[in-house]
Formats: sequence, C-alpha cells, structure tokens
Amino acid sequence: MKILLINGDFINTEKGLVEKKDILVHDESIAGIFPRGQYPGNNDDLKCLDISGKIVAPGLIDMHVHLREPGAEYKETIESGCLAGAAGGFTGVACMPNTDPVNDNSSVTEFILSQARKKGIIRVYPVASITVGRLGTSLTEFGELKSSGAVGISDDGSPVKNSEIMRSALEYARYHELTVISHCEDTDLSNGGHMHEGSISAKMGIKGIPPASEEIMIQRDISLAEFTGCPVHIAHVSTAGSVEIIRRAKEKGIRVTAETAPHYFTLDHSSVAGYNTNAKMNPPLRTLNDMAAIKTGLKEGVIDVIATDHAPHHPLVKEVEFDQAAFGIIGLETALPLTLNLVRDGILSLPQAIKKLSLKPASILGIEGGIIREGLKADLSVIDPDEEFILNKKDILSKSKNSPFIGKTLKGRNIFTMLEGKIVWSRDSKYSCS
Amino acid sequence: MSIFNHKDLLGMEQLSVEDINLILRTAESLKEISQRDIKKVPTLRGKTIVNFFHEPSTRTKTSFEIAAKRLSADTVGLSSSGSSMVKGETLIDTAKNLQAMNPDIIVLRHSSSGAPHLLSDKIPASIINAGDGANEHPSQALLDLLTIKERMGRIEGLKVVIIGDIAHSRVARSNIIGLKKMGAEVTVSGPPTMIPHNMDLFDVEVINNPSRAIEDKDVIMVLRIQLERQSKTLFPSLREYSNYFGINEKILQRAKKGAIIMHPGPINRGVELSSNVADSPYSVILDQVSNGVAVRMALLYLLIGGARGEDIAN
Repeated sequence: MKILLINGDFINTEKGLVEKKDILVHDESIAGIFPRGQYPGNNDDLKCLDISGKIVAPGLIDMHVHLREPGAEYKETIESGCLAGAAGGFTGVACMPNTDPVNDNSSVTEFILSQARKKGIIRVYPVASITVGRLGTSLTEFGELKSSGAVGISDDGSPVKNSEIMRSALEYARYHELTVISHCEDTDLSNGGHMHEGSISAKMGIKGIPPASEEIMIQRDISLAEFTGCPVHIAHVSTAGSVEIIRRAKEKGIRVTAETAPHYFTLDHSSVAGYNTNAKMNPPLRTLNDMAAIKTGLKEGVIDVIATDHAPHHPLVKEVEFDQAAFGIIGLETALPLTLNLVRDGILSLPQAIKKLSLKPASILGIEGGIIREGLKADLSVIDPDEEFILNKKDILSKSKNSPFIGKTLKGRNIFTMLEGKIVWSRDSKYSCS
Repeated sequence: MSIFNHKDLLGMEQLSVEDINLILRTAESLKEISQRDIKKVPTLRGKTIVNFFHEPSTRTKTSFEIAAKRLSADTVGLSSSGSSMVKGETLIDTAKNLQAMNPDIIVLRHSSSGAPHLLSDKIPASIINAGDGANEHPSQALLDLLTIKERMGRIEGLKVVIIGDIAHSRVARSNIIGLKKMGAEVTVSGPPTMIPHNMDLFDVEVINNPSRAIEDKDVIMVLRIQLERQSKTLFPSLREYSNYFGINEKILQRAKKGAIIMHPGPINRGVELSSNVADSPYSVILDQVSNGVAVRMALLYLLIGGARGEDIAN
C-alpha cells in the first residue's frame, strides 16, 4: 500500500524548517520526500491524499501520561488512553508507574505492553518506578525493567525523599540507560496544600503549595546530577524560580532536561476560583509571572519538552470538596491546540513547537520517533492549524472528562494520525483509507 | 425598601453593603423577640431547616437552632458522625438525599473550604454557610458587625485589629471582608507563621506585635488558638504564645479608652485571652452570642420568610 500526502506543509524537526514537500508512505515506512508536486512515479498504484493547508508533523510523543491500567480502569484504560492520544495527534505515550499494582517489576511492565499490543492503537512506553512500591526505600530492578521494555524510571507523585537513594538511582540508571524522571516536590513543605500559595489561596482559605517546594527539590536533583555526572529529567516545571534554576544548571553544562505541561503556560491560579476542581493539579497552576517565565523558558530552550501529565479522574474524586479532590487534569486532546497558541503568539516557531512535542521527548527517552525521514517508520500527525473548535465534554475520548478547557474555544486540531503507515485514527472519513 | 435577593449565604464576599445593612437592620428588629416571655413568632411556620454540621460546633449550631425555633420553623440536626457520610456517602449524595425530603434551608458547617459552594449549584434549598474550612463564617462576621454597631454606634471609620491565626481562620476572613465593605480600617496581628503573605490583597495592615497593633484601635478582636490543629508547627508552645501574643491587662493599658474586646469563642482562658480581660467591662463576648441568635433569625427570615427579600425592618 502506498499513500502520497500532497500539498501539505512538512515539519522538518531535524532542520527546524517548514517545507513544502510531498511525502510518500509505502507500507509501514516513509518511502520518499519530494518537492511539492514532483513525485516522479505514476499515481495509479497509490492513494493520493490532498492535505493542502495542513501540517504534516512526526507523530507526537507525550512523555508523561497516566493510563490508570492496571488498577483504576474506571478512570482510563490503556485502550481509551491510546485512543485519546491518537485523537490528539500522539503516536507514542510514556505512562507513569502510579498504577495499582505499581509498575515496579517486570510483570507489570510486561502486562502494560501486552495490553498496549492488544488494545492500544498507538505506542506505549512504560515508565517504571525508581523504588519498590514508590515508597522511596529500595531500588527496583532497573536491568530487568529495562529488558522488559521500560524506557524510564520515576516515582512520579511520591518523589524520592532520601537523597542517597536518589543519587544511587541516577548512577545505576545511567548504567542501564534508563531516563530518570523526577517529580520535584518537597512533600513536607507542600503537605496539606491544594493549590498555589498566593493571593487566590489566601482569599479562598485553601492551604497553599509554595513555589519553593518544587524549587528545593529541583535544586537537589541538579546538585546530584552535577556531582554524579548523570542526567536527570525534571517533570512538569511550574514556577519561574524553577526555570531560573534549570537555566543556570544548563549554562554550567549539567545534564538536566525539563518538561512543562500546556496548562502551566495557559492558565494561572485564578482558574481555581470558585473551587474549580478541574483546575486542581500538582504542581498547581501558578501566577501570571510564572506563566510568562515558563514561556520564556520554552522559547530559550531551558524547557525542552511539552508533556501533558494527562491525569484522568472520575467525578467520584473530582465532584467533591476541593480539599478532598484528586489532583490532575486530562491533556492528550488539548495539548496540540494549546501549544499552537505559543506559535501564534510568536513564542515558538512551528518546528520548535512540534519538536518539543516529538523529537525532544523521544531523544530524552532514547526511543525512535520525532523525525520524518526516508526509511524511518511512518508515524505521522496531520494537523489543521486553523481549525477552531469548542471542546465539548461529549467529544472527549478519554474515559475521564476532567478538563478546565471544556467549553473553551481551541484552535488547531489533529486531523488524522498514522502509525507505521496505517491511519489509526481520523476525524474525517475521507482520510480513513486503510 | 431594600430587598435581599440571594438564594444562599455563602460568604461575606457575596454580600453588598446594602445586603449587610439590611441583615443588621432586620436582626435589630428581631432582637426584641428573644426578650419576650413567649419567645416565638409564627413567621416560618411550616418551613424546614436542616442543621448539617460536618464538624463539631456547640455555639453556632445551638444559635441556628434557637433562631429557627423562635421563628417557628421545624429543625433537624445532622452531624457527620450520625450521617451516612461515615458510611462513605459523598457530600453531594448526602445533600441530594436531604433535598429529596424538601427542606427550605440547609445550614452547613464543613471542614473543607468551598463545601457550601459545591452544594449551592446542585441543591435547590437555600444553603447557609455556617463555617467552611478556613474560608468563611459569614454569620459570625455579621453578628460581630451587629455587636460593633450597637456598642460603637457605627462601623465606618472604626479601627479594628484582629489578633491570632489569620491564615487558618474563617472568622478572620469573613470579618476582614465584612469590615472593609462597611468602611472600617483593619489591622491583623499575630506571629508571622499565622499571617498569609498576601494581606495587601485584603487592604489590611499587618503589625505582628499585638501590643503595638492594639494602639489606637476601637475594636480588638481576639481569635481562638486551635490547640488541636495549630500546635505542631506554627508556634512552639501555648506558654510562648500566651507570653508573646496573648492579650492581658498589661497589654490592654496601651489600648484606646473605650475600646471593646471581642472573641468568637470558645475562649482558651489564659492562652489568647487572660481571664481578667475576658470578664472585664471591655469584653462584649456575651453580647456577641446574644446577637448571634438575632442575626441568624434575620438570615433565615430574609432567605425564606414570605416573599424572598421583604424588608420588615422599617
């Protein structure tokens, strides 16, 4: 089967360019990239898809999602999470280990991968835990986890408190080439907090989470990375201070990378007003000043990656008292339009934005993807950058609907998603050709 | 004639100056009922009021109960330990079940800030916030305003200091909002661990040292130190708190002549307030309690009495 994508704008993430090229997909791979209209073969043996006005990007990769399986399938499954991902333009997602049971051994990792093979329409990359049970006391079997298919390790929302264990994790993970992803939070300082500590929390009578609780831990992990020479990846950066700490570390040549999530550059803590649990997440939405610093950090490359921290939650844990409500929002189906806002605002070029959603996370996790090049697997996302839509609850494909963007008008939308040459998801039947 | 056009009383935040004046005027006119031999009028006969207290309370619960009964409403008391919430029922489910029995008002006390706001969207009955977490306790602020107005003849232009755990106090938050709306100047005082960083937002002055903070003040409002909650990290010991932040006769010598002392109760004698001060002529603490009944009668009346919002004060 050959498919020729014509008249689209091709995002060259390697060169950082938008090119007017046509792309030939043969079976599961990219078979050729041609200047627009100059495909030399004849069109008889192929299906030609005219995607004028659209963007052809490498399949997006989200390095921070929660798929909830095993354990909380009422919130999300690997199947539903993959569907939501495909709809959002993603061809790969890395899932955090805070499942039940915790992904701290190869049998859970293998279960996740086997479910993904059976039911997932996109690639799933398990992130295992750093310590057994995410309890922070003894290291998991990194070697076996790696050979079972884990791409990284993280204790996710229960960060490793003990600095010596964290040091060992960094050193031992480097040997096994596992990416260490750190959710940075001094949990003593943030304990009992439910939103950013600031003017809005003071008004609402809600205990706050100070920016320092994130920054202290980032500084610790960077000190460990500097001392050991091992890389560390900082998850979901939310504060201006964090951006500054990471910037200084990068200037010193310390091997640190970082991600932020679309909500941290889109919303500020005023979204929580009225006790809106769909704007409650950890780290919390911060101030306008923090938002501006996150954007600058993205622009200057201090923040390498945009990841969603897709955290599906059922109304049972969201339609409750604010301080009883679970942290987290879904993000797979809104990441792309929110990131394209940065392009429209002139903060990122289109290739930069796409790179932070594909090539950068791929290279940090040490996986393939993020590049469209002859000979590589045809994982693609075809995007209409101008389509405006209102996010309706009923259109959300994730099993959970906990999004602060419901009812909002978003601009820019994935039209279809191709995995290994097959259109696995499309919004418009005219593209569902396979 | 003013009208009170609210379904719920969630906080002082939602009230206008006119609303507050109407509530105070109504309370003043209803006060007389409590002085009578037969302390009952038929105004709310046939109305049902559920006092849903998800957190322990003696004063507020009793006060709402008495207020309702003096207006002839039927009252039902419900606490979380006696409700299905201990069986794992959610707050919304409990409230929906209560709603199915068609009450007119649900008075809610809850440990979570925003709990009444959660119900106000889902429940047709009027919700009165009787204290939610560290957010608001509007009926307390209203009875404090009534007491200040009675004692001082006005609220506008008065200088008020609130001393104690401002950060975690719903009484402080409601009073700050109410006093500012009514034109008073507000100072807060207490150890830095108990004062939020963003007090400029409320347009109040911060003076940590209480003996300095009470100078020139007309009203000194002392908050309860919550022994069970606060003694872990916010201050070293009750002894130290009392020594540095407690209000006693010595400190009071620096206060303005004619200043009044208020406290929302229950008092920890010898901690935030010395016994001598609590029982002194400065103290209006028991007036606050009496006014609590009047203010709550006014709230019940204004929310569900006759045509919503009728002004009986004139």
